[in-house]
Amino acid sequence: MTTLAPKPVLKNDLIRLTLADAKEGLAKKSFSSVELTQAYLDAMAEHRHLNAYILETPELALTRAEESDKKLAQGSGGALEGLPIAIKDLFCSAGTQTTAGSHILKGFTPTYESTVSHNLKTAGAVSLGKTNLDEFAMGSANITSYYGNVINPWKRADGKDLTPGGSSGGSAAAVAAGLAIAATGTDTGGSIRQPAAFSGIVGIKPTYGRCSRWGIVAFASSLDQAGPMTRDVRDAALLLKVMAGHDPKDSTSAPREVPDFEKALTQGVKGLRVGIPKEYRLPGMPDDIVKLWEKGAKWLQEAGAEIIDISLPHTKYSLPVYYVLAPAEASSNLARYDGVRYGLRVPGGTLDELYENTRSDGFGDEVQRRILIGTYVLSAGYYDAYYLKAQRVRTLITQDFQKAFEKVDVILTPTTPSAAFALDEKPTDPVVMYLNDVLTVSANLAGLPGLSVPAGLSSEGLPLGLQLLGPAFDESVLFRVGKVIEDAAAFKSFLER
Amino acid sequence: MSLDKETVKRIATLARLKLSDERMGPMQQDLNHILTFIDQLNEVETKDVTPMAGVNTPAMPFRKDVVNDGDIVEQVLANAPEVACNMFVVPKVVE
Repeated sequence: MTTLAPKPVLKNDLIRLTLADAKEGLAKKSFSSVELTQAYLDAMAEHRHLNAYILETPELALTRAEESDKKLAQGSGGALEGLPIAIKDLFCSAGTQTTAGSHILKGFTPTYESTVSHNLKTAGAVSLGKTNLDEFAMGSANITSYYGNVINPWKRADGKDLTPGGSSGGSAAAVAAGLAIAATGTDTGGSIRQPAAFSGIVGIKPTYGRCSRWGIVAFASSLDQAGPMTRDVRDAALLLKVMAGHDPKDSTSAPREVPDFEKALTQGVKGLRVGIPKEYRLPGMPDDIVKLWEKGAKWLQEAGAEIIDISLPHTKYSLPVYYVLAPAEASSNLARYDGVRYGLRVPGGTLDELYENTRSDGFGDEVQRRILIGTYVLSAGYYDAYYLKAQRVRTLITQDFQKAFEKVDVILTPTTPSAAFALDEKPTDPVVMYLNDVLTVSANLAGLPGLSVPAGLSSEGLPLGLQLLGPAFDESVLFRVGKVIEDAAAFKSFLER
Repeated sequence: MSLDKETVKRIATLARLKLSDERMGPMQQDLNHILTFIDQLNEVETKDVTPMAGVNTPAMPFRKDVVNDGDIVEQVLANAPEVACNMFVVPKVVE
């Protein structure tokens, strides 16, 4: 050979592409899936200090990428053929260790695949590995994982290590830092949206029932939903389309057709009614967040939407309701970890001792706190006062939204009450930590879809997100409005800086 | 409502968790913080409100009562810490 082959795309450019652009690049043969996958594997190896992955699976990934390249060469392949993504380590993956960030699942290798990750695999996606998370997805800073803290790639001027948010902190850090094109997350009280906001990426918690929960390690079954975490709104639409769908193996999965979410992206917001709930303006909310919220409303107004003040009167009770119901469901779901059927076993003289030794060693402090609260609120004599009471207030919170959606098509709020905080500034009082989810948790209680879009920077130069909430099964309206905010904000991601 | 040490101990037994003496104090304090936070719910009038267990699931679906799984003993036992004769092993529970 006398001439050098043209090299249109540099390796470090590959990790900056969106899912949609990479898909186009593969179709045009600008690069192969093996090249793309290798670029990510190299980036992962270079950024292990972020601790975004609990387990990297480079060999599996390259084998899958080779298979994808063959399919692409034949002009066949699925909607995500050859695209390297990361899977939160809460989704069971057949033949690959799944930890839920907990010591108690030590050595657990599922013999089955979660429906959502199966859907992604079937569509041709290449899994790069399993991302770090708060233990059993319980946390808002990714500091309760048995496998260590995740570090946000973003830095403040003081250079301290910041939290990427949680519980899907590994997925958020991976997508932000270029260690995966996109990732899966799960959201029980804000665990997709809050880390997406802290890391400057897009995250959507779909309507409860949109994605199957089968094969996802259960936390609070009436609140848990899987969703995509991506570089932009289009990618979220693309990925959710593949993840979602009815699954007879999850009796709460909705027997509804999944719309083509991408169609919503070009529809604009002309004539849409956007609600601004006054209760979300928290006392002491930082000025930069209030200003960004106002800016978001202005962008939508300029694009032809009508801004309407609304009230969601029971908002302040969402977190207290959540901290009854989520621990109650968790205490029941986590009863299965007994040291007998899978995971860690710490011997004991009697069966009860074996249970107690295994569970006390295997679960971290936050998980034990929640199991204890849940056990208490479900125990005889307290069930009515706590559990039933919380279920009743949940009804009122849901009715607030039903009334609001008679007046508006979508609701605009900030995603979080602050920007990312430093890992050494984490609150010692668990209740203070819980307040991170104050703006996101209502959507879980009411089962509604919520999207976080990066929209600006805090006074310290850290990403801030705006949240959109929609009626049940209307993720399309979130993508419609989210795209307009994204275009107006022209937010520069970590990789673009 | 405030939890005393005895109550925390009783809940821990129900949950099959063991709290050492040095962990008992901080755990009791944390749980009481959380319960104080939860007690805000008493401000809300809920007399005629129906409790809600879940969302978007108006009717529980039924499937045909047929065998659709099974003969996977190996898979069921694959992750067990201790196995004998195709069974999970536990400490002796009968005298």
